[in-house]
Amino acid sequence: MDPIVDFRSIGVSLGGHPVLRGVNLTLAPGEVLGVSGPNGSGKTTLIRTIATLTSIDSGSGTVLGTDLTSTSLVPTRRKIGMIGHHPALIPELTLTENLTHAARLAGIEVTRVANALGVVGLEGASDRRADACSFGMRRRVEIAHLLLTRPTLLLLDEAASGLDSSARDLISAMVDSTRSRGGGTVVVSHDESQLRGIAENVMSLSGGRLEPSR
Amino acid sequence: MTFWPQAFEIARVDLIVERRIGDTLRIVLPFAVVALMVFPLALGLQLSTIRDIGFGVFWALGILFGMQVALRQSAADTPERRDLQALLGVDAAARFVGRTLSGSVLMGGFLLILALAMLALYAPRLPTGVWPVLVVSTLLLGIGLTELGTLAGEVTTGLRARTSLASLIVAPLALPLIIGASQSVEALEQDTGILPWVLLLVTSDLALAVAGVALARPLEEATR
Repeated sequence: MDPIVDFRSIGVSLGGHPVLRGVNLTLAPGEVLGVSGPNGSGKTTLIRTIATLTSIDSGSGTVLGTDLTSTSLVPTRRKIGMIGHHPALIPELTLTENLTHAARLAGIEVTRVANALGVVGLEGASDRRADACSFGMRRRVEIAHLLLTRPTLLLLDEAASGLDSSARDLISAMVDSTRSRGGGTVVVSHDESQLRGIAENVMSLSGGRLEPSR
Repeated sequence: MTFWPQAFEIARVDLIVERRIGDTLRIVLPFAVVALMVFPLALGLQLSTIRDIGFGVFWALGILFGMQVALRQSAADTPERRDLQALLGVDAAARFVGRTLSGSVLMGGFLLILALAMLALYAPRLPTGVWPVLVVSTLLLGIGLTELGTLAGEVTTGLRARTSLASLIVAPLALPLIIGASQSVEALEQDTGILPWVLLLVTSDLALAVAGVALARPLEEATR
């Protein structure tokens, strides 16, 4: 079976500074890969590169079978779901409006929005504006968003930080669901012990180099 | 989802956000009307002068404050929003068209209200048949300014000096628009034919639309 992510000696520079150096990474279908590293080690850049949102300077790689240098990345990107540092909600819209907007842009049935909000425990706050919600609630909306798009490649960048145990359980369930569909997950965190609980393979990123964690 | 539904969805949400933020109606429009009132106050009782400068002041204030509408907060995406849109499969060209649609609605409304305020405050001499020409010129100016603002917004995405840089891009490129709009009304008064000026406006709008759609995708990747 083809790997979901296959990176060979990938190098990425931002603002003239090398951030990733010679990164080799393979993510098989159903695999959960953990990446740990201190602040500034390049974890977010790695996640964005896997999401095809940051272009590479050297090396080669494929994501879901598409070359990273391809000019038509839109179909591949539609199969990727990502939770980053900051929730990507429109503050002036309600939680329902935010999800409906995302569903319409992605061509997903908007009738699934109410159910997704219910699954993450936000049915009672569906008419509340995003700027009136706590960080944890906005994170739950992002998880609801992933329930709508059902990505084949799930990318979690410090997604569990600042969340209570029930929200962490939702993320774990999301990872399990992706795995059961044959998708792959990359979880990034500076807390290696947290990664050991959900990832079968943990790697360490330091100075832009990715190595097996000891 | 195809191109047009994405564009209409982006325009719909832009207008909802704008209605809730109220940048155009509650901030830019009142300031523009106050600026309109400054000239009659400064010129005192010289009514003939006030009547002569009415349209000129309108076009100048229209472009100055119109830039604020074109570069409004509701049309600025955070990097996280742009990433999410990319992962949802949003076509950058559809986003440009959507932003232009919502911006044109706002800009058209803003300029038409400003024009009515100018007519009330300055009571300029109105040549025969001025209304359709004024409405068409104002709308074409509004569409062109919005296209320029949206394009400049894309170029300056993520930059700290976004507003000032975007204004520097828009100002010189808006010259054909302001010349076309102002001269179409002037030509009506001089009875010299408005067609070349309306054509200048239409051509500028079309050229900006083509440039915006063609550049949207490479700009999105370059500014990521």
